[in-house]
Amino acid sequence: MVPSRVRIGRWVAAARAAQKRPRVDGLGQPRRSESASTRAALYVHWPYCEKRCSYCNFNKYIPRGVEEGALRNCLVTEAQTLLRLSGVQRVDSVFFGGGTPSLASPHTLAAVLEAVAQEAHLPADSEVTLEANPTSAPGSRLAAFGAAGINRLSIGLQSLDDTELQMLGRTHSARDALRTLAEARRLFPGRVSVDLMLGLPAQKVEPWLQQLQKLLDHCDDHLSLYQLTLERGTSLFAQVQQGTLPAPDPDLAAEMYQQGRTILRDAGFRQYEVSNFARNGALSTHNRTYWQCGQYLGIGPGAHGQFVPRGAGGHTREARIQTLEPDNWMKEVMLFGHGTRKCVALSKLELLEEVLAMGLRTDVGVTHQHWQQFEPQLTLWDVFGASREVKELLARSLLLLDHRGLRCSWEGLAVLDSLLLILLPQLQEAWQQHRTPSPVSGG
Amino acid sequence: MWTLAGRALAPWAAGAARLLPPCSRHVAALEPGATRRPFSTAELKEKPDMSRFPAEDIRNFSIIAHVDHGKSTLADRLLELTGTIDKTKKNQQVLDKLQVERERGITVKAQTATLFYSFKGKQYLLNLIDTPGHVDFSYEVSRSLSACQGVLLVVDANEGIQAQTVANFFLAFEAQLSVIPVINKIDLKNADPERVEKQIEKVFDIPSDECIKISAKLGTNVDSVLQAVIERIPPPKVHRENPLRALVFDSTFDQYRGVIANIALFDGVVSKGDKIVSAHTKKTYEVNEVGILNPNEQPTHKLYAGQVGFLIAGMKDVTEAQIGDTLYLHNHPVEPLPGFKSAKPMVFAGVYPVDQSEYNNLKSAIEKLTLNDSSVTVHRDSSLALGAGWRLGFLGLLHMEVFNQRLEQEYNASVILTTPTVPYKAVLSSAKLIKEYKEKEITIINPAQFPDKSKVTEYLEPVVLGTVVTPTEYTGKIMALCQARRATQENMIFIDENRVMLKYLFPLNEIVVDFYDSLKSLSSGYASFDYEDAGYQTAELIKMDILLNGNIVEELVTVVHKEKAYTVGKTICERLKDSLPRQLFEIVIQAAVGSKVIARETVKAYRKNVLAKCYGGDITRKMKLLKRQAEGKKKLRKIGNIEIPKDTFIKVLKTQPNK
Repeated sequence: MVPSRVRIGRWVAAARAAQKRPRVDGLGQPRRSESASTRAALYVHWPYCEKRCSYCNFNKYIPRGVEEGALRNCLVTEAQTLLRLSGVQRVDSVFFGGGTPSLASPHTLAAVLEAVAQEAHLPADSEVTLEANPTSAPGSRLAAFGAAGINRLSIGLQSLDDTELQMLGRTHSARDALRTLAEARRLFPGRVSVDLMLGLPAQKVEPWLQQLQKLLDHCDDHLSLYQLTLERGTSLFAQVQQGTLPAPDPDLAAEMYQQGRTILRDAGFRQYEVSNFARNGALSTHNRTYWQCGQYLGIGPGAHGQFVPRGAGGHTREARIQTLEPDNWMKEVMLFGHGTRKCVALSKLELLEEVLAMGLRTDVGVTHQHWQQFEPQLTLWDVFGASREVKELLARSLLLLDHRGLRCSWEGLAVLDSLLLILLPQLQEAWQQHRTPSPVSGG
Repeated sequence: MWTLAGRALAPWAAGAARLLPPCSRHVAALEPGATRRPFSTAELKEKPDMSRFPAEDIRNFSIIAHVDHGKSTLADRLLELTGTIDKTKKNQQVLDKLQVERERGITVKAQTATLFYSFKGKQYLLNLIDTPGHVDFSYEVSRSLSACQGVLLVVDANEGIQAQTVANFFLAFEAQLSVIPVINKIDLKNADPERVEKQIEKVFDIPSDECIKISAKLGTNVDSVLQAVIERIPPPKVHRENPLRALVFDSTFDQYRGVIANIALFDGVVSKGDKIVSAHTKKTYEVNEVGILNPNEQPTHKLYAGQVGFLIAGMKDVTEAQIGDTLYLHNHPVEPLPGFKSAKPMVFAGVYPVDQSEYNNLKSAIEKLTLNDSSVTVHRDSSLALGAGWRLGFLGLLHMEVFNQRLEQEYNASVILTTPTVPYKAVLSSAKLIKEYKEKEITIINPAQFPDKSKVTEYLEPVVLGTVVTPTEYTGKIMALCQARRATQENMIFIDENRVMLKYLFPLNEIVVDFYDSLKSLSSGYASFDYEDAGYQTAELIKMDILLNGNIVEELVTVVHKEKAYTVGKTICERLKDSLPRQLFEIVIQAAVGSKVIARETVKAYRKNVLAKCYGGDITRKMKLLKRQAEGKKKLRKIGNIEIPKDTFIKVLKTQPNK
């Protein structure tokens, strides 16, 4: 099952060459050359971590010993199965997420990439991202990932304050983080992203802004600012409930967010999504696929995907979830070739709701062009143009609807979830009316 | 077996009846001279001949006491001692049949028991007329008392005279009844009966040697209580030969037999088959059954002047046997007994189902409860925020709480009870309005009906005479509290070296919400409080609006006294601020009288409300959440562009926890 060394090497060489090519700032301009249904992004889930972070409720496990060979075979098998099922001919991006996929051996990542390249077209300039945790000795390992075909790194730096890192349950120090960042930039110039969290318990605005400033001195061309979401079932949540940690102050978090995005704008970063910032065109094409409702395959325990199973003759887009627990998932993959546990067909309206909710997270919003790809008859004007409530949002400059399309203003982006509570029911209503034209008006 | 016949099995009491211990009951000296022996079937059918008890061998009395001073325990002992019930450890508050009565140590529904007792070779008929244990029910208490010639005033040997002791004493005193002070709980470690004797002497002017010191719990000296009843309470002054004149002092409803009226005969005789007339409704009925309460119904052939018992006469509804009404024989009209009043609700509150789908269940529960409590007035009401419900009128705060608790306990209904309001009055000056209302003085129950000042000569508010009994160390704090509640002091008496009794005239609405809580907390629980109706007084009332971004919220319109407008307005604004969720826009909350804003709060707009991470694995969950929120939003009440969750209304309108 393991692809030959020779073939991996060939793909990697092409991929490395592609890194040097200029990138295009392509968000919002869908490539028309191929049908969207024959293309997809691929997400690969690595379910293991060394240690549980206090804030994380993702599907991850602290293993006693990983049978990496078996897991690798299963990832490869599932990639092949789902690629065939989807009929996808071209994979535009691969994202290794987790868990902590930087704990996987470079060989495993290479094996998955090679399987993809065998089954579909994986262009040499495809974005191949690995989520990596800072470590004390990052150098050789990161180089090995590069050799395996990774061409972009997303570093879970989270904070430059050791006390905060400890509260978050991270294993690294601020020093480790900066060292890893420097090493990553050396190895993947222009293709390194870092995560910084905000709105932590007891966190103050000024010190956090200083962290951000310091990070600006060291970072590459991509940054994500994530406000902490206290998730039920995490130890951080429990500590806040018990009162051992103060509850995060939403006003302070809002302040950090506003000031943070201003600082980044002034530093030449484009806020291309609610939490994502890039300069020099270093936008993540993989994540763009999610926000633009492109197809994506998810492999590995608990991974999510959305695609039309064309290979099996399907015509309806499905939301799919793989089995959560690694052991069960592996058993299923070995038995059936995949571990898809849940598969829900999306209605046209549901897909449109996602187009709206995801698209508005981006700075370009939902363009008329983009909308039309999903709904050729009912325009954005038809849906939102006459609504009194939407007009109020437009009048208050939280939202813009113009010749380009529908998008959030700078202020509106920060309160998008509230806007969606007005926009989604409006879409549902317009959709109903569109489906059952009123006999009086005659449509 | 204790037969839970009759009203104990009525549906309203089903919950309570189940709680009664199934104790065996062998003895009841039904016939004069009968020794205590087990019933046989034949004897059960035998009806006692009540003609053998002339008025001079009858004593009618009540027990009155402050909460927890041992009224029901003493009643249990009296019932045991006279063989009315068996002596068993299970006799606990036999006459308190409702769960809420046992839990709270109060008597809600008056019960009556006829006791047979031999003293100095003579058989006496003692009618123990148990009264509701709270002045919310002071009208009922006064009607019960009017069937009596004397009372046992029970005072706890440890706690001494409390507010309710005083209120009860004066009810009895005004009815010119003989008062026998009984100092109870002398077995307690901290009992100080001598101190209590002195208090009684000082406050009630009863010589200390008239006090009987007992322990109802242990049965100590209870015998002498019965002797005192015979020796110190006069027999009823009545005439058997006169035409029937009977007082209805209580009534209950039985699903199968209709209304069961508790009556006291002031004159004449009543027997099965008699045609009787209600002086209040003028309706005629035929008597199906008469008898004594033993304490359950025991049919007799007749009831005679001076006696107390029950009567069933085909009345379908408790409002047909109103408390205080007089019954007389058809074609033999008599002067009705004085003092009849229709129940007058003093406290109103909205009652709504927590979920509108529960509306019908709640409706049926309220109907069943009111079958037995004609003093609760029911008006359908609806609120934009809380949906369809009712505005109920209660005799007082405790009455309201008890009703609510019974709804919850006996009918498993969960209800939203809104902050209670009192019935204000307005004297109209506008001829047009007088014509419209057909009267000059109108009662305002719903703030929405509050007439404008320009059409009114004056507004009136209900007032009560409140009694506070407290250890002297809290006097200062309590006086300050009363003053803050707009109360005026009537008098102040030191009932002993370290205890003081304060009398204040309170506007009723100042005590309906949290007065009792405040009093208890600032006196570490030592002060007691009671009140009685004291009519109406002129008041500077105003209507206060609550506005959200300039729009009036109808549900929150409030009638307040001018002096209190700021405090009340501020409280409502603060509660709104705390419970209104942030929205896209800033919310300005204002309390306003006319166009004048008197309090203001703001809820800042959301500055950030967007999920931080939204990638492949987050989408399904996020969409689900958004759609659920959007669905919930549709159900919210909108005032302008502000959405108000039902929860917010509940938090603002709901009675704040007191107790």
